[in-house]
Amino acid sequence: MKRIMILAAVCMTLAACDRGNDANGNGSRDNDVPTAYASQYRPLPSGVTLLRGATILTGTGERLEGADVLIRNGKIAEVGMGISAEGADVVDAGGMWVTPGIIDVHSHLGVYPAPAVLAHGDGNEMTSPNTAEVWAEHSVWPQDPGFVTALAGGVTTLQILPGSANLFGGRSVTVKNVPGRSVQEMKFPGAPYGLKMACGENPKRVYGFGKGVAPSTRMGNVAGYRKAWIAAEDYRNKIKKADNGEGDAPMRDLQLETLVGVLEGEILVHNHCYRADEMAVMIDVAREFGYRIAAFHHAAEAYKVPDLLAENDICAAVWADWWGFKMEAYDGIRENAALVAKAGACAIVHSDDERGIQRLNQETAKIVGAAARVDISIAPEQAIQWITLNPARSLGIADAVGSLEAGKMADVAVWDRDPFSVYARVKRVYIDGALAFDRDDPSANPVTDFSLGTTAMTGGAK
Amino acid sequence: MKTLTGSVLLATALLFAHASAAKSVAITGATVHTAGSAGTVENATIVITDGNVTAVGAGIAAPDGSREIDASGKIITPGLITPFGQIGLVEVNAEENTVDFIQRGNQFSASFDPADAYNPRSSLIATNRIEGITHAVIAPLPREPDVLGNQSRVFSGLASVVSLTDEDYIVERGAAFVANLGETGGQIAAGSRGAAFMILRAALDDARDYARNVQAYEQGSRRRYSLSRSDLVALQALLDGSKPLLVRVHRASDIATAIGLAAEYDLDLIVLGGVEAWMVADELAAAGASVILDSLANLPGSFDQLNARLDAASVLSQAGVRFAIGGDGASQNHNARNITQAAGIAVANGLSWDEALRALTLAPAEMYGVADRIGSLEAGKRADLVIWNDDPLELTSYPEQVYIGGEAIPMESRQTLLRDRYLKAGSGKPPAYR
Repeated sequence: MKRIMILAAVCMTLAACDRGNDANGNGSRDNDVPTAYASQYRPLPSGVTLLRGATILTGTGERLEGADVLIRNGKIAEVGMGISAEGADVVDAGGMWVTPGIIDVHSHLGVYPAPAVLAHGDGNEMTSPNTAEVWAEHSVWPQDPGFVTALAGGVTTLQILPGSANLFGGRSVTVKNVPGRSVQEMKFPGAPYGLKMACGENPKRVYGFGKGVAPSTRMGNVAGYRKAWIAAEDYRNKIKKADNGEGDAPMRDLQLETLVGVLEGEILVHNHCYRADEMAVMIDVAREFGYRIAAFHHAAEAYKVPDLLAENDICAAVWADWWGFKMEAYDGIRENAALVAKAGACAIVHSDDERGIQRLNQETAKIVGAAARVDISIAPEQAIQWITLNPARSLGIADAVGSLEAGKMADVAVWDRDPFSVYARVKRVYIDGALAFDRDDPSANPVTDFSLGTTAMTGGAK
Repeated sequence: MKTLTGSVLLATALLFAHASAAKSVAITGATVHTAGSAGTVENATIVITDGNVTAVGAGIAAPDGSREIDASGKIITPGLITPFGQIGLVEVNAEENTVDFIQRGNQFSASFDPADAYNPRSSLIATNRIEGITHAVIAPLPREPDVLGNQSRVFSGLASVVSLTDEDYIVERGAAFVANLGETGGQIAAGSRGAAFMILRAALDDARDYARNVQAYEQGSRRRYSLSRSDLVALQALLDGSKPLLVRVHRASDIATAIGLAAEYDLDLIVLGGVEAWMVADELAAAGASVILDSLANLPGSFDQLNARLDAASVLSQAGVRFAIGGDGASQNHNARNITQAAGIAVANGLSWDEALRALTLAPAEMYGVADRIGSLEAGKRADLVIWNDDPLELTSYPEQVYIGGEAIPMESRQTLLRDRYLKAGSGKPPAYR
């Protein structure tokens, strides 16, 4: 995990990630790309808040009883016992549990929004097996009512990915779960981009069976990845040569630009991959071209190769118990994430679902319960990392969010009891220190334009 | 020779099993949620004889010679019923060769009975059974036209109640007629949800006319009907009120129309999905209709579900509507086991715990007309029960033992086998040798 964290530090500002400094306006490359699509996120207004007397799962692996969290200037100022602060809005959190805001590493909110009408199907650019050139942020509909229901489930940050029809689906975008008029008003400032890749059944079904073009097999999938990486290497070499005065720079190619971003370590690979044997193959491909895989998503068989994941610093992002809806999910078991964590690899619980994202805490609890049946004991302070710090790491934003530590963004969920109980509900959500959701004051909670005039206004989103 | 010896041994084992089954079993000391009129009984004794419950209560002495099972400190509920799905009719959804619940074509719609395709050894069964599901309702569904252009119909066919056992698994064949209304019904009916209602009416009128003119029909001297002969015959059980009509529908206005249609033809009505059913809760209660609720719906997933709310179960309960929980995409079939989670979430959103348990047990049994046999722990009913280590709705709780028809089922599934294989420490050999 360390290498991912270092990467994150390098890329925390978009300027640091900006590679476009060669062309001096010759038209072949655009220096303004990062600023043209820069985050316009502004935190909601916030004050000084002291959450007092709670059970705190810090996200760093600790559990504090009867402890306090002080929020100031949108940041976590202090976590500990007996904190006092002049002028703070003091919230009596006795009997409540406080955790970092929940982070979902795999969401399609905004790109497959509700209602699921045809016109809203903006998640899969199903026209070519390689669409590394598309960016999910250019599909996100900020009025998706699912953002609000996810907020009521404690979700403060989510990665929105393209779908899995293609070998290369395109760039993901990481957003803070705040209402925005545009995606840029939600975009997590400084978060690196991700690249969605997909193994297995989906690409070969969509292209081979669906359109009669490559790939139609798993070996065809792999040939497709390798061909694309070879093209990216060539593109990168031409740019480097041009930088050294050897020939003209190639015309900008959005597809290759994204792939080169991966080879340069600036864009993180999020790879949809169910089967253990296919994860092993994808690790080989990554080794051939020298890139890193941040996480395997939907890794139903991660429990068969946790050693491989640990050795290669790859997170397994999984559901609690989805299985059997397709052949490559047939061996999914509830203990999957627990076996991954037991082997010392990075476990993440993800949703991929507008309902599941509302209760990642519960999905995690089911895994903990299943693990206990075979004497694998997972404490709440460990389990909470599967939906906070570990996804933050895989997204390259762990120095900013994912745990309650002084200096981090004050993204906080307050629960009415142990969040791993089925009866638990979120009481409050803070994002950058601002109260973004309050169970006890429905009138103060966000309602999307689409939901005006429906029950979402009167508590339907509860 | 080897095979013959095996068969003899097996036969002996079966004889022995039947001989011992005549003896009673007494499960003692648990907190028993009967889901019946006795409510919750602390420190209860459940007596099981010949697969049936013969007594439940506190202070009941175990019969002489009975085998006693100490369940002190445990919680016992009736076996759970997943109220709508396709367990045993599907292995892998995306592989249509493994799917046996799809209704297409004209020959069998209302009469299509997928129970003949039921596979009691499906991998879905053990996976859900060890989590407390003892019964499932298995039902046909529509899908897009196949490559030959065969289309699904407004009537999908017959739903049956099955017990998740290896033999004698059909509890009630053809327990309800399944029909598609709302958005899906409108698409099947070639353009309008209104046409789906018209198709239903025409079918009912034809079936009624058929019953009065069977001879003329058989002689070919009656007008053409909109349904096949087999459908016309089957639908008599709907018209005479012996089987309910289950309609897949969400929008409040569609549900209201369905209530009107049920009143017109004197039908027993079950609403499946029912995301906006809470808006017509009083009408549903007055009509005596039931709802199988997609209780986790709280998003406007379609224009039929704009008024979804997470406390819909609580609203239905307060209005006195009988409802079950489940039957949605996420907690049916492969993960039918997650109906306990859905019920727990309903409790967190205002439903009483007892009503939640009822929604997983007695309520669905009543809807499908099988409450005389299953759904609660009462004398005279089948001994289908679950011994839980803790609150069955809690996410970390689990069944320690499940009984179906008085028999302890093996607490093993393909998933526990996979788990155990990969839990074993490496022996230097590949997992296939473990």
